[in-house]
Amino acid sequence: MNLTATPVRRLLKTPLAAPSPFPHHRGSLLSVEDLSLEDVSLILRRATALENEDPLVRTRILAKRRVALLFYESSTRTRTSFELAAKGLGADTALVSSLSSSIEKGESLKDTGLTLRALGAETIILRHNSSGAPWLLEDATRLPILNAGDGMHQHPTQALLDLRAMLNHLRPGVETVTAETLAGVTVSITGDILHSRVARSNLQLLPKLGARVVLCGPKELLPELAATAGPGVTVERNFEVALRQSQVVMMLRIQAERLAGMQLDLEEYKAGYQLTSKRLATHAPEALVLHPGPIIRGLELTAEVADGPQSLILEQVRHGVAIRMAVVERALTAAQQEGGRA
Amino acid sequence: MTALVIRGGYLIDAAAGVDGLRDVLLKDGRVAEIAAPGKLKLANGTEALDATGLTLAPGLIDMHVHLREPGQGYKETIASGTVAAAAGGFTSVAAMPNTTPVNDSPETTRWMLQPERGAAIRVFPIAAATRGSKGEAINDYAALKAAGAVAVSDDGRPILKDGVMRETLAAAARVGLSVIQHAEDTRMTQGGSMNAGLAAFKLGLRGMPAEAESSIVERDIRLVTELRDTRAHLHVAHISTAAALAAVRQARRSGLRVTCEVAPHHFLLTDEHVGLYDTNAKMCPPLRTAADRDAMIEGILDGVVDAIATDHAPHAIHEKEVEFENAPNGIIGLETALGLSLRWLHGEWKLPLGRVLSLLSAQPAALLGLKGRGTLAVGSFGDVVIFDPKAEWTYRAAESRSKSRNTPFDGWTMQGKIRWTISEGRIVYSA
Repeated sequence: MNLTATPVRRLLKTPLAAPSPFPHHRGSLLSVEDLSLEDVSLILRRATALENEDPLVRTRILAKRRVALLFYESSTRTRTSFELAAKGLGADTALVSSLSSSIEKGESLKDTGLTLRALGAETIILRHNSSGAPWLLEDATRLPILNAGDGMHQHPTQALLDLRAMLNHLRPGVETVTAETLAGVTVSITGDILHSRVARSNLQLLPKLGARVVLCGPKELLPELAATAGPGVTVERNFEVALRQSQVVMMLRIQAERLAGMQLDLEEYKAGYQLTSKRLATHAPEALVLHPGPIIRGLELTAEVADGPQSLILEQVRHGVAIRMAVVERALTAAQQEGGRA
Repeated sequence: MTALVIRGGYLIDAAAGVDGLRDVLLKDGRVAEIAAPGKLKLANGTEALDATGLTLAPGLIDMHVHLREPGQGYKETIASGTVAAAAGGFTSVAAMPNTTPVNDSPETTRWMLQPERGAAIRVFPIAAATRGSKGEAINDYAALKAAGAVAVSDDGRPILKDGVMRETLAAAARVGLSVIQHAEDTRMTQGGSMNAGLAAFKLGLRGMPAEAESSIVERDIRLVTELRDTRAHLHVAHISTAAALAAVRQARRSGLRVTCEVAPHHFLLTDEHVGLYDTNAKMCPPLRTAADRDAMIEGILDGVVDAIATDHAPHAIHEKEVEFENAPNGIIGLETALGLSLRWLHGEWKLPLGRVLSLLSAQPAALLGLKGRGTLAVGSFGDVVIFDPKAEWTYRAAESRSKSRNTPFDGWTMQGKIRWTISEGRIVYSA
C-alpha cells in the first residue's frame, strides 16, 4: 500500500451523465434553459398579437380546450393570470389546489396528474413547492406541462414577463430577440437569491440576450458559487455598487417560508439591502425597478419606491397575462401539431 | 459427501497468492483440493463444471447491504436480496440493522439467520450500535456477537454524541467487533437532498455539505487516537468526500485502525448525474463533485480504500416516483458491483484484476473477521465466483432479481459475465 503519494490523477476517463430526455413534449415550458432565442421571440410576438386581438375572436383560439391548474402553493398573480390567459383564449379551466383535493389525503403528484389527464386535461399548469416537480409530472403524464414555479428552481413565465417589461422600456417595439438585444444592459437582482426561482430563471434567460446580471445580497442568501451559475453572472455584496451599474433593479422578497431555520437579522438586512427612495435617487436615478411580487413594503423596498415613478411592479403583472396567453397557446398548439398524445 | 470440481479455470486468489490455471475440488462445502489442470484424482461421477476460458475467484463479499427484513419486505427480503447477491457473484453479505424493528437485539439477529428466511447465500448481520439506533445507549455487544453479529453500526444514522461514540468504540473493541460509522453530521444536512454545490444551487435543492461527512470522520479519528491502546477499529462506511478520505489516509499513516469502503456510485458518478431530478441518483451520502469522485478512484488505486461495498438499498418503485426532495435515499447495487468494477477499475483505470477482486472479497472478509472466506485456500469455505472477465453485457434493471429497481446504472455496459456463483459448495447462480 502506498500511503505517502496523494497525487491528483488527471485526465481520468469517467462516465458521462446521460443527455436529458426533457422536455418530452415540445409544448412544455419547464425551464428557461429549454428556450432558444427563436422560442423566446415567438412567445413575445404571440403575446403582443394575442393582447391586441379582439377578445371575441381570441376566445375562439382555444375554444373548449381543457386546461388544468394544479397548485400546491398559494399564489395570487401567477394563478389568476394563467387562469385569465387560458379563459381569454376560450379554454375551459379547472383549478386543483392542494388544500381542497385528494392531495390532502395523500394522493401522489403522479396519480393526481394521471387523474387530470383522464379527466381530459390537455395541459397542466403546475405550481409546486418541490424543485423539479414539473419534470416528474411531465414524465408521468407526457402532457405539455407549464411550470408556474417549482420550489426554489424555476419560474419561466415570470422571467419572460420580466423580459417583456424590460424590453417595453429599454427596446420599445423589439419582439424578435438576439444574443445582442440587451447588450450593454445590467440587471441587478437583489435579495433572497438562494431561495428564489425567479432569480434562477432570470439569471439564465437575460444573459442569453446579452444582458449582464449582477446578483446582490448577504452571504446567507447568496452563496458565492452563484457567480459560477452561468455566463454573464457576477456577485456583488455592496448594494450601492450594484445599483450604480444597473439599468434594471430587480428586488426580491425574503422568503420566510423557505428559510428553514436560518437566522437573519432583518434590521441589518434592511440597512444593507432595502431599496429606499434615497438610495434609488442617489445611485440609480434612471433605473427601472422590478419586483416579481408579492412585495413586502418596508422590508426589501419602501412604499415610496413601490409606488414611485420608476416602479414597473404593476406593469409586470399586466405583462403576465399576455405572456401566459402565449405559452398556453404554445402548449396546446404544439400538441395539435403532433397529432395529440395519449 | 457432496463434491464439485471446477476444471480448466484461471484461479485468482490474492490472499493465497495463487494466480494461474488450477482445478478446484469442493467437498462438503469446503475447498478440498487445488491442483494443476487435470491433476486431481476424482471419484467416478463427481459433478464437474467446465471453467475453460473463465476466471474463478473467492466468492464476493459485500460488507454493506440493506436486506430490509425484518419489517420492509415490500422493498426486499432476505431471500430476494440474497438471490440478487448471488447473481452478482456474492457469496456473503453483511446486512445493516436499519430494519423495522432495528436489529439491536440477539433475538432479531438470530431471526435473520434462521433457515426460514430462505437466504441463498451467507448473511452476516451487523447489529445496531445503540438501542434503536438512537445514538444514546449502547447495546450488549457480547450478546450480539454471540448471536452472530459481525460488527456494530447505526448505519443510516450517525452516532453524533462524542461520549457515546467513544463508549461504542471501546466496548466494541473489548469484544473484538468493528464499529462501522455512517459519517454524517445531520445537524449540517437538514433538508438537504443532494451534495451542496453548484449543481444543487442550479436545481434549487438544499445541499448536504462535504464537511458534514469529513467532520464526523475527523471526530471519530480523534476518538480512536484517544483509545489507541484498546485496538479500537473504526470503519467508515460509504466514504464519499476527498476531505474524509484524506483524514483516513492520515490516520492510517499514524498507524490507527481506521478503514473505509467506497461504493461503486461514488467512484463513478458525480452530482451532475442527478440530471433533472433523477431519484435513482439520490442516496446518502449523496453523489459528490468530480474532485471527490476522482479522489475515490485515487484512494482505490493507491490502497487507502479497503473495500468496495454496494450500500444496496432497495426501495419500491412508488417510493422513488415522487418529488426529488421526498424520495428516499439509496440505490440497489448487488448485481452491478463486479461489472462496474471490472469495466472501470480494471478496464479503464488499470487496477490489476487481483486487486479488484481482493477489494470485493479478501479485504472485506478481513475487516469483518470472516474466517475461511475471501480465499480459496484448502480448508476454506467453498465460496466461488466463476466469470468471463472479458465478456461485456448490458445491465437491465427490469430484469433485476432484487424486488426493487432503483438504480442509476440501467442500460450501462458491464464487464465480466458471471457464469456460476457457488456458496459453500452449492451452485446458487448459473447463467
